[in-house]
Amino acid sequence: MPSDISFAAPLNRRAFGGILLAGGMALALPRASHAQSADAARQLVTSAVGEVNRIIASGQSESAMLGAFERVFANYADVPTIARSTLGVAARQASQAQLAAYTQAYQGYVSRKYGRRFREFAGGQIEVTSVQPLKSYFEVVSTAYLRNKNPADVRWHVSQKGGQPKFFNIIIEGVNMLASERTEVQAILDQNRGNIDALTQALSRA
Amino acid sequence: MMASGHAALRAVSKIGAAASLLALAACGTAPVQTGTNDPQEQVNRERHEFNKRFDTALVKPVSQGYGRVVPGPVRTGVNNFADNLDLPGDALNGVFQGRPVAALENTARFVVNSTIGILGIFDPASSMGLRGKPTDFGETLYTWGVGEGQYVEHPFFGPSTERDTYGAIVDYATNPVRLLIPSPERSIGTVAEGGSKLGDRYDYSDTIDSVLYESADSYAQTRLLYLQNRRHALGGGGEASGDDFIDPYADAGDAAPADFIDPYEDSNAQ
Repeated sequence: MPSDISFAAPLNRRAFGGILLAGGMALALPRASHAQSADAARQLVTSAVGEVNRIIASGQSESAMLGAFERVFANYADVPTIARSTLGVAARQASQAQLAAYTQAYQGYVSRKYGRRFREFAGGQIEVTSVQPLKSYFEVVSTAYLRNKNPADVRWHVSQKGGQPKFFNIIIEGVNMLASERTEVQAILDQNRGNIDALTQALSRA
Repeated sequence: MMASGHAALRAVSKIGAAASLLALAACGTAPVQTGTNDPQEQVNRERHEFNKRFDTALVKPVSQGYGRVVPGPVRTGVNNFADNLDLPGDALNGVFQGRPVAALENTARFVVNSTIGILGIFDPASSMGLRGKPTDFGETLYTWGVGEGQYVEHPFFGPSTERDTYGAIVDYATNPVRLLIPSPERSIGTVAEGGSKLGDRYDYSDTIDSVLYESADSYAQTRLLYLQNRRHALGGGGEASGDDFIDPYADAGDAAPADFIDPYEDSNAQ
């Protein structure tokens, strides 16, 4: 229907102008807070790395270090969200109490699992190179310089959903830690015949 | 009748293959794959168990001996020497990939390290800013638009994909160093390659042990690590790919593995 086009064109142009104006205002308003959020995301990563380095340099006992790592993990990461995500569908069948117990056990398990390998990180530096928006989150792009290792690309996914910025995933040279954790937790869950309480027990012992 | 039917089928499948090759060539760089394509999982898992036993019995203990006995600087020299022999092949692949700058950098690196670096034992090129662009024919196939294919775990050689397996075979067969250097001297390269692999097993021992021996499903972890890291390397490590992003704030139901069916799950119960 060619006649429709010639009729609709002026209308469309006006509508387009209106949308553009509205869009421009909508874009202009959150600009300032957007930049603040990006800074906050960058700050989160820098402080977390700084704290880990201080703990390693403190020379305290390994068990004291593991406790300190757990506090850093709890403060800087969105542990409840990460824990829930690693459970996959099982999270929906779990009661609030089961979920809370699992989250607590998972927090300790992760801190011990990676904390025990702190020697690989000793003297390591992480340099934040950029921060970019990713969906409704931020991706903090950094390069890790570890002793005797090639520089590694490390990306932190940061959310501000709970008000305070927290990271919920780390991508190391393309390897998605949340995906890796999910695979691991699902395997332990399978070993425990899908029983979430048994999974929680297993993580507390690991 | 039957025979001619088969012939016709063969002709059709040949045309189909030619058409799909043309389609492949036309579309340039293959999209970086997401997800896991592993229909041979059962066979792969058996090979994985074999590889683990092989590592426990031989590779790990030998690499520890190698790491403890051979001093660090010597191990670095062995690594450098082996890496240097890869450079002509890397340069050739750079040409195949239409990446002349990478090809030139690898060539320059080879020239510098083979001469000033005394046959590649030292690496003065890196301090000159020529860090090299390691590549392989698997990446060349990727730039030509060939898809990743299935995930494969090979006995002894470990994780790969169909595309990377063909790539490795072509790299081996066309390696300029292997073709140009006469056979007794050539074995030095093979020995250095073996030493370099043992050195890597030693240097990354904590990481490798944690994946192979401490994870609940070492096969699935190895597969995930290999595929994601390889895809990252092919994508140039730039933009976040589809594999890179998980939204844990979205409905946890999205995380359901494809092979999981919950007969008790009812969408109205939410």
